[in-house]
Amino acid sequence: MLKLENVNLSAGKFSLSNINFEVEKGDYFVILGSNGVGKTILLESIVGINKINCGNIYLNSDEISKKEINQRNLSMVYQTIDLFPHFSVFDNIAFPLKNRKEKKVQEKVIELARTVNVEDKLNQKPDTLSGGEMQRVALARCLATDSKILLLDEPLSSLDTKSKNELKILLRNLNRKGITFVHVTHDYEEAISLANKIAVLENGTIVDVNEPEIIFKNPKSEYIANFIGHKNFLKGKVKSIQNSDLKKFIVDNYLEIYCLTDLNDGEGFLIISSDDISISNQKEISSNRNNFIGNIIDISKAKIGYEIIVDLGYKFAVSISKESIENLKLSIGKEVWISFKASACKIYR
Amino acid sequence: MIKNFRKNNIDLLFIFLSGVVLLFIASPIIGLYFNSTLNGLIETTTDVEVQESIWLTLWTSMLGTIVFSFFAIPLAYLLARKNFPLKNFVNGIIDLPIIIPHTAAGIALLGILNRNTFIGKIAETFGLSFIGNSTGIILAMSFVSIPFLINSARDGFLSVPERLEKVALTLGASKTKVFFSISLPLAWRSVLSGLILMWARGMSEFGAVIIIAYNPKVTPILIYERFTTYGLKYAVPVTVIFISISLMIFIFLKVIKKKN
Repeated sequence: MLKLENVNLSAGKFSLSNINFEVEKGDYFVILGSNGVGKTILLESIVGINKINCGNIYLNSDEISKKEINQRNLSMVYQTIDLFPHFSVFDNIAFPLKNRKEKKVQEKVIELARTVNVEDKLNQKPDTLSGGEMQRVALARCLATDSKILLLDEPLSSLDTKSKNELKILLRNLNRKGITFVHVTHDYEEAISLANKIAVLENGTIVDVNEPEIIFKNPKSEYIANFIGHKNFLKGKVKSIQNSDLKKFIVDNYLEIYCLTDLNDGEGFLIISSDDISISNQKEISSNRNNFIGNIIDISKAKIGYEIIVDLGYKFAVSISKESIENLKLSIGKEVWISFKASACKIYR
Repeated sequence: MIKNFRKNNIDLLFIFLSGVVLLFIASPIIGLYFNSTLNGLIETTTDVEVQESIWLTLWTSMLGTIVFSFFAIPLAYLLARKNFPLKNFVNGIIDLPIIIPHTAAGIALLGILNRNTFIGKIAETFGLSFIGNSTGIILAMSFVSIPFLINSARDGFLSVPERLEKVALTLGASKTKVFFSISLPLAWRSVLSGLILMWARGMSEFGAVIIIAYNPKVTPILIYERFTTYGLKYAVPVTVIFISISLMIFIFLKVIKKKN
């Protein structure tokens, strides 16, 4: 339905390259990325507000990247409210209908207002509505275009929890009725609760597109790894060791970590759960293949127990109990050893 | 305590300085009303020359404002929305009529509008002349007052979030519809302020108008003529009537603007 092919674009400080993804009819497609990676610019480029430098954008097989904004038949709901302040709710929703000289504007506006539950607000001006109501009106206005795909730019981020949950239910219902969504957000819980497909935007490109379960089970980016609590996330290269089941995972030609993996040599991502790392004051003789010395740079309360950050050139998070901190007399600045098994290292590619 | 004293002290100083400025602006105007007699005002109000002059001043300035707004408002929009080479230079040109002496503006206009110039000759073939008639008055008034409209309207368009215009485009509106249904209505207060300012500034113009058209006499020229010919006593009633009418119109327009 919507396909981006090798799209490159730059706008202000943002630069995105080699953007490829395809949204199928009926998808709830979420583009997930941290703040300031260019998610809004990407959506604005799809609707035509920003020009792309190269690549193609197809909507139902029709190449639209050279078309004017008002010829693309794509509309967008922004994070901050973008209702026309001098129009009533009715006129805001009627705007796209009147633009294409639709008959029965009155009936259609009422029907759309009912869909998003603002039928009692039709005569009000936008500045008299709550944040959630304004977003619902903006959504109704988008639905009033004859576009079958809606682009949403963090539509929930400025709402309180109640409004957020109501809007989520509404979005899911609309999706079930056949409306296709492309929704950008930095909130992974939002992504999980809505998406049937997620694209991860990181370092100016799409690093992964997949179903939510696969994205979060096999994270391919630090961003996703951090989301799901894996703070020990490293990028590096897998290298075989002769006559051994073990392999080395080499980070920046500096840190060498032993791991057990069936992946071939090459680049990859390593994740070690903070629960799998143990900490001691002296180097311990054990089955742990990985032993490193470093300094404690932070001790903080975690959801369960405490979390210690050990700096050995790379920062490792270690989960620990309060009793262990007291027994080992751990404090910020203290030199300690961390160790973990080769089998605790999960390598993804 | 010392802090409060200092705070009160600076407040009192500012109130005093503000009072001096307000007095400086208001006292000559108020003085005019005290210096005029009821008989003098009634006599002047019934004077046909005064009535015709005030009417001429009102409609020429109004017509100039309306006609030039069709050019000034699109220019203001372009200046607010587009970046182009020499944009600062263009902004400078727009402010020129404000910074040059208005008699010099009148001389400059006379230089391109007299019967011996290309424009003057073309106008003459259509039986038009710019010198010594209301067309010349309109041009002189508009020349010195148009920067007020352009600047105010440009600021108005700048205050309209560009994103609203783009959202309107994504909702299928044409660029023309976006301008008339989104940009102009949202910038309307500033545009209206600019229109009022242009009209007011045009009405009060003396220097440029006297060079282009001494006759028919606009009110500032009539006041000047009565002062130089008959003295202050005869100039005051015309001035009072003109100021009163101007004030009534502007208060009325400000009320309308506020309601909008």
